[in-house]
Amino acid sequence: MKILIELYTTWFKMGLFTFGGGYAMLPMIQREVIEKHHWATEDEIMDYYAIGQCTPGIIAVNTATFIGFYQKGVIGGIVATLGVISPSIIIILLIASLISNFSDIPIIQSALKGINVAVCVLMINAIRNLWNKSIKNIASFVIFFTALFASILTDLSTVWLVILAAVLGIVMTKAGWLKNE
Amino acid sequence: MNELFYLIIEFFKTGLFAVGGGLATVPFLYEIGEKYGWFTIDTLSMMIAVSESTPGPMGVNMATYVGYDIAGIVGALAATLSLVAPSIIVISIIAVYLQQFKKAKIVQAIFNGLKPAVVAFIASATISLFMSVFFIEQSFAFEFINWKSIALFCFLYFVSLKYKNLHPIILIIISLMIGIIFRF
Repeated sequence: MKILIELYTTWFKMGLFTFGGGYAMLPMIQREVIEKHHWATEDEIMDYYAIGQCTPGIIAVNTATFIGFYQKGVIGGIVATLGVISPSIIIILLIASLISNFSDIPIIQSALKGINVAVCVLMINAIRNLWNKSIKNIASFVIFFTALFASILTDLSTVWLVILAAVLGIVMTKAGWLKNE
Repeated sequence: MNELFYLIIEFFKTGLFAVGGGLATVPFLYEIGEKYGWFTIDTLSMMIAVSESTPGPMGVNMATYVGYDIAGIVGALAATLSLVAPSIIVISIIAVYLQQFKKAKIVQAIFNGLKPAVVAFIASATISLFMSVFFIEQSFAFEFINWKSIALFCFLYFVSLKYKNLHPIILIIISLMIGIIFRF
């Protein structure tokens, strides 16, 4: 029981104090998970991160599940995950109830329209970063444009496009056009 | 009741297929908004801003927000738990077979294909966002171009290039104030 409470509170803290999730969480994980609780070593965390990135779902949640699972099985995984998402749920519920009350006010509408533009900039910058990391040869370039046109021009659900991309990945790696890093 | 059911199905699907974390959920969320009319791309954009300025992963934030909008607190919890359920299941299985999983060549091959595709999915959702921000009434005629937004975009983009380590919150606050002052 004690370990479950510790898992919950530790991951709650990490959910509360990291902005942006993913790699932003690493320093905090280092302090709490590795140094304070000795739940994992540095190498293990790196493994969990690498796997969390190429498996479905949110990286923070995936890492929390790993740590929790190795401490206390499936229950541990669930408790750690609940810990890391609890702060988001509370904060967003507060914001959501505020916004739905105020969103009709003209000045708030103007503010939100301005924010939309900032989000465009954030997205462009994020895409540029991802592009540099992910598109490194002709094969990945081909996959990018195939996926882009398929998602703009067809009504196919992203679910099918993800499956298609996975198949392309297998075929092109087998053919030697894509290399494992 | 029906909506709650679809909410659970859709967010479970997102949790199961959004590979790469964070922004990878955006195209799925965009699709959900279009399919059910639960929220517009403006709401999605606002949530991206909220997620960048509050703690917590964007997928979780968005699920909570949409769920609350559709079915109150019950909806918020249902959507969020559906989103993380696939992770818990998948990771628990992988955790048991960690060593085999790490060595499996096929996993790496799949990821090789997914990496560029995920960038494309995010880009596609972003193009829709651009359309709604830079054109009034979703019409692409010249007279419907939103010049104020384009001017602000150029300014903010320049700022973000000049100050590379600027926190997203700063950009959001600048844009919020300009939006109010110039009555966007």
